[in-house]
Amino acid sequence: MTLKHRLGAVALVCALSLAPSAHAAETVKVGILAPFSGALSMYGKQFRQAIEVYQKQNGTRAGGVEIEFVYRDLEGPNPARAKTLARELIVKDKVQYLGGVVFTPNAMAIAPLAEETRVPFVVFNAATSAILDKSSYVLRASYTLAQVTYPLADYAIEKGVRTAVTMVSDYAPGHDGETAFKARFEAAGGKVVETIRMPIATTDFAPFMQRAKALAPQGVYVFLPAGPPTFGFTKAFAENGLKAAGIRFLGTAETEESNLQALGDAAIGLETAFHYSAAHPSPANDAFKKVLAELHPGSEPNFASVGAYDGAHMIYRMVEGTAGKPDGDKAIAAVRGQSWESPRGPVAIDAKSRDIIENVYMRVVERDATGRLINKEFRTFAMQPDYGRGN
Amino acid sequence: MVLAANILIDGVAYGMVLFMIAVGLTITLGLMRVVNLAHGLFAMLGGYALVTLAGRLGLRFEVAAILAVLAAAILALPLERVLIRRIYGRDELEQVLLTIGITFVGIALASILFGSGLTPVTLPSYLQGTLDLGFRVLPRQRLLVLAAGVAVLAVLWLILTRSDFGIRLRAAVDDAATSEAIGIDTARIRALTFALGAGLAALGGISGAELLPIEPYYPLKYLVLFLAVVAVGGLGTTVGTLAAALLLGLTETAAKYLWPEAATILFYLTMFIVLSVRPHGLFGRA
Repeated sequence: MTLKHRLGAVALVCALSLAPSAHAAETVKVGILAPFSGALSMYGKQFRQAIEVYQKQNGTRAGGVEIEFVYRDLEGPNPARAKTLARELIVKDKVQYLGGVVFTPNAMAIAPLAEETRVPFVVFNAATSAILDKSSYVLRASYTLAQVTYPLADYAIEKGVRTAVTMVSDYAPGHDGETAFKARFEAAGGKVVETIRMPIATTDFAPFMQRAKALAPQGVYVFLPAGPPTFGFTKAFAENGLKAAGIRFLGTAETEESNLQALGDAAIGLETAFHYSAAHPSPANDAFKKVLAELHPGSEPNFASVGAYDGAHMIYRMVEGTAGKPDGDKAIAAVRGQSWESPRGPVAIDAKSRDIIENVYMRVVERDATGRLINKEFRTFAMQPDYGRGN
Repeated sequence: MVLAANILIDGVAYGMVLFMIAVGLTITLGLMRVVNLAHGLFAMLGGYALVTLAGRLGLRFEVAAILAVLAAAILALPLERVLIRRIYGRDELEQVLLTIGITFVGIALASILFGSGLTPVTLPSYLQGTLDLGFRVLPRQRLLVLAAGVAVLAVLWLILTRSDFGIRLRAAVDDAATSEAIGIDTARIRALTFALGAGLAALGGISGAELLPIEPYYPLKYLVLFLAVVAVGGLGTTVGTLAAALLLGLTETAAKYLWPEAATILFYLTMFIVLSVRPHGLFGRA
């Protein structure tokens, strides 16, 4: 045996001794897929920081089993890449759970893989109802469009709004929002007088505002991606006199915290229905914000943070329920029907549909005592299910 | 009638924003013949400089805006000296690779320094709010953009066609060897012109920030928009850039009123038609 061979043999023995065994799980690995680079890296950052907060509060063990998170960069909507990364995590890194995922197309691509390998997959953000139909091993820690839009339509009716114009960005989630609002609003006796679909690349919203204003509706239902489109829209809403004309702005995620301060005075008074406000008054939220501020000073918690936080909670419960052994069915059974207190308020996992059930809050943007813009909750629609699935 | 007036008002207001964000590129890409994909970087730099000077140092908006434009122009000088100078007259692919590379570096730096979210440019109170036109209102900020656009057009026309500098610049770009032979310092002229382009980009970034908010990905997100306006106008003609900006602005605005789903398509269809009929743009020369 030459020296080279001997070295090779030593290396092989070392490699074998380090390889994780499929049975004895002293450490359970969890693969997190999210954008950590690029224009949407906010999500990856929020996910990671929220998981760190959860670890700080609850330790890194559940049921005596060590839990290790492995992060992979999945920049934008890219189903092929999502599938490749998820497969790599399962086969090469031997993860027992998958989590994260911001975009619906990515979640849709990973779901069949979860079904095939029985690896539970917790969606931290993607908000299309149908994802959970793709596999019985998929759970969701965020919300769905219908879940927040139905209470919004109910609130509008409650406030005497009977005519509305829908103004949505012209892409799949915008269409879903439009459909959900129209369905609920018209079923309750309202009338959508015009549906305006705005190209996703729009920077100047003035013409849409003038059109909507000319129709003189009592409210406008809005769905836009966060960032520049929301910035331009809210400014235009104020500058074209819709706000002054008393037309109600009925939105959902538009005033989320990561870009809220940038919206400035134009955002004051905007009303949205959503499942998480960083200003939610509860001990759980205060504790969450306190640890986040200790670990990452200046970080703003938002819906992506609680998605990851509660996603981590679900994974911990599943690890506990299976004592760290890879058993997808037992893992899912361990969270079905469970309920807990999240920073967003009380949440539960529906025993039958696996969907998340949570409070949806009506909020209004105002300045707090320190002059910062916040989403102030003023009405709670308790324990709302996802209205977007058949079951 | 009201509809036509609305289309005209919103179209011109939007067109002037397009003109302001693209005019700097008319100088660097059009006059200097550098495929300058880093244009948006200087626009973004202007926005961040303004926010830093006005917000953190507490300078008046007007003073901060002027300093921000100067800062972008001054920062462009060493960049031109070290990097851009090497690609004059070189293959277009090399120009694209260098300037897009600079853009990526700028995006990464901006993310580190200012975070990945939006950074709002806060306007002084007299520019906030709206002007009542009787049948509708118009944001006051658009009036400032309109005035700035007309002023920029006039000043550039004077500099480029009526000044010594303009004549030397055109000579330096058209025939560098002969220009140098007759004693024109082409290196200096080009450096100053690149700085002018960068300063105008910064002014555009500031003027357009109400519609195109400042964020690290700004230089990539709106790159196609800048290039479209300059291409439709014709390389190196500021009047052409204005005509293109107004044409594209009015087309897109009319579509938003009449057929919103097709607004973006019609913007690019207009570009397609203009370039099919006039490959060198509205006012461009072969």
